Amino acid sequence: MSTKPTIKQQSLTSHRVNRIVPSGIRKFFDLLASIEGVISLGVGEPDFTTPWHIREAAIYSLEKGYTMYTSNLGMPELRQELSRYLKDNYNLEYNPDGELLITVGVSEALDLAMRAILDPGDEVIMPDPHYVSYDACVILAGGTPIMVPTNEENNFEISAADIEARITDKTKAILIGYPANPTGAVMSRDKLIQIAEVARRHKLLVISDEIYAKLVYGVEHTCLAALPEMKESTILLGGFSKTFAMTGWRIGYTAAPREITAAMTKIHQYTLLCAPIMGQVAAIEALKSGEASTAEMVEEYNRRRLVIVKGLNDIGLPCFEPRGAFYAFPSIKGTGMNSEEFAERLLIEEKVAVVPGVAFGQCGEGYVRCCYATSLVDIEEALSRMKRFVNKHKKES
Amino acid sequence: MLKDILKILENDAHATTKQISTMTGAPSDEVAKAIKQAEKDRTILKYKTIINWEKVGDEQVWALIEVRVTPQRDVGFDSIAERIYRFPQARTVYLVSGTYDLLVLITGKTMHEVADFVAQKLAPIEGVQGTVTHFVLKRYKEDGEILEGKEEVKRQPVTL
Repeated sequence: MSTKPTIKQQSLTSHRVNRIVPSGIRKFFDLLASIEGVISLGVGEPDFTTPWHIREAAIYSLEKGYTMYTSNLGMPELRQELSRYLKDNYNLEYNPDGELLITVGVSEALDLAMRAILDPGDEVIMPDPHYVSYDACVILAGGTPIMVPTNEENNFEISAADIEARITDKTKAILIGYPANPTGAVMSRDKLIQIAEVARRHKLLVISDEIYAKLVYGVEHTCLAALPEMKESTILLGGFSKTFAMTGWRIGYTAAPREITAAMTKIHQYTLLCAPIMGQVAAIEALKSGEASTAEMVEEYNRRRLVIVKGLNDIGLPCFEPRGAFYAFPSIKGTGMNSEEFAERLLIEEKVAVVPGVAFGQCGEGYVRCCYATSLVDIEEALSRMKRFVNKHKKES
Repeated sequence: MLKDILKILENDAHATTKQISTMTGAPSDEVAKAIKQAEKDRTILKYKTIINWEKVGDEQVWALIEVRVTPQRDVGFDSIAERIYRFPQARTVYLVSGTYDLLVLITGKTMHEVADFVAQKLAPIEGVQGTVTHFVLKRYKEDGEILEGKEEVKRQPVTL
């Protein structure tokens, strides 16, 4: 005998959560796990392990008994070092007591920023394609993401005019992340200045995710908060994952005006309490003496970047020149496949994993993301497999 | 450009001119020319590999020898160093600061062979005041390469 519910059937989960869709490539991940001998260009992190001096500092801290909670804001020494780092790098003055907050990666930092500033219905303007968390975090905070299409012809840079055209009385903020995941695009200083002007004119906040700031090649990264009069309206997000190959440590930070930092701290203290102490100790060491290791990694990424970009262009997958991060974003439009189809067939037929561009927004369709944070030997092997794949499907069509 | 080329070759003597050209952004013929010149002026001394001989059951005996030397007028340590480095058994010879003067790395087939070399060839050289021989028990890292138990990459295959 079955019992039928007498009350009205309700979803067990909230409308807010139901509004975000799980990543469409979950199925693809499962497929990947079932195949052996895959070369993966589908990762989003360095292949370098954390430099030894950083790991060693963390091990030492464990031996010394650093196993407790820290201040909600993060360890005072870390905030001081971070303040010095931002001053040295961008001539920005952030007070370690009240303007800096240590978070569990930039992922948490982004979530905090959105929850701290958004009311239901507030709009946040962002580029398409963009990192997968951007729109999800806005929606989870009750806001509405507004997409600005970007394209290869404009080097995937978001334009101030396109932003301005989408501003309404509900617009609260602009969210950008350059150097960009998935495109590898870097914003020029001039274009950032134009965006800053639009933000000022319309009194909008700008959230700038600069996790890849140190991974630039032959160009200089401009920190948005360092532009004239921008510090007061910018929430700067940064972290240690990419610069120091510390993804698993989960340490990021926000640098923002006092009022916003206080609001983010409230959420942080009730939800996370503090970032893990071991990661914070490691981050102090990274800021104190990690520069040389970063420089070496950047040199190596640059060599790989040149190899993969030329390789992709040579095999008929035109690739715009990425100037930052560690991604190449070639166009696959010439193959007649969409990005999910391309990625799936490439994986099955040639055992190379790439991420379909559509995972990062509608404007990512027609492209795939190839991460070159992997050994040169693997990059070259992947390129030769991709060449075979492209040639084969050229003949078919 | 030369320094970029050398860095690549120092890490991988296998790298082809074409690969180096891609990695540096310099035209192939210029890379080839720069390498030729570097070989000619002995900036590039030799192309070598790092081998773990134990893997093929070939046990070599390595010893680090501290050598104390009386420096000579006009030439200092150079002429004694030369008399030592001319021997093919001396794989590496450095002049160092500290309690001794020359550090010499000797390789041989047996401990006996190495000991004989020190006793019969090295120690008797005029100007050599004394030697201390340290036999190498285990090689952990050679020229930047860890011999056993190199770290594997422990990444998830796909992350966004």
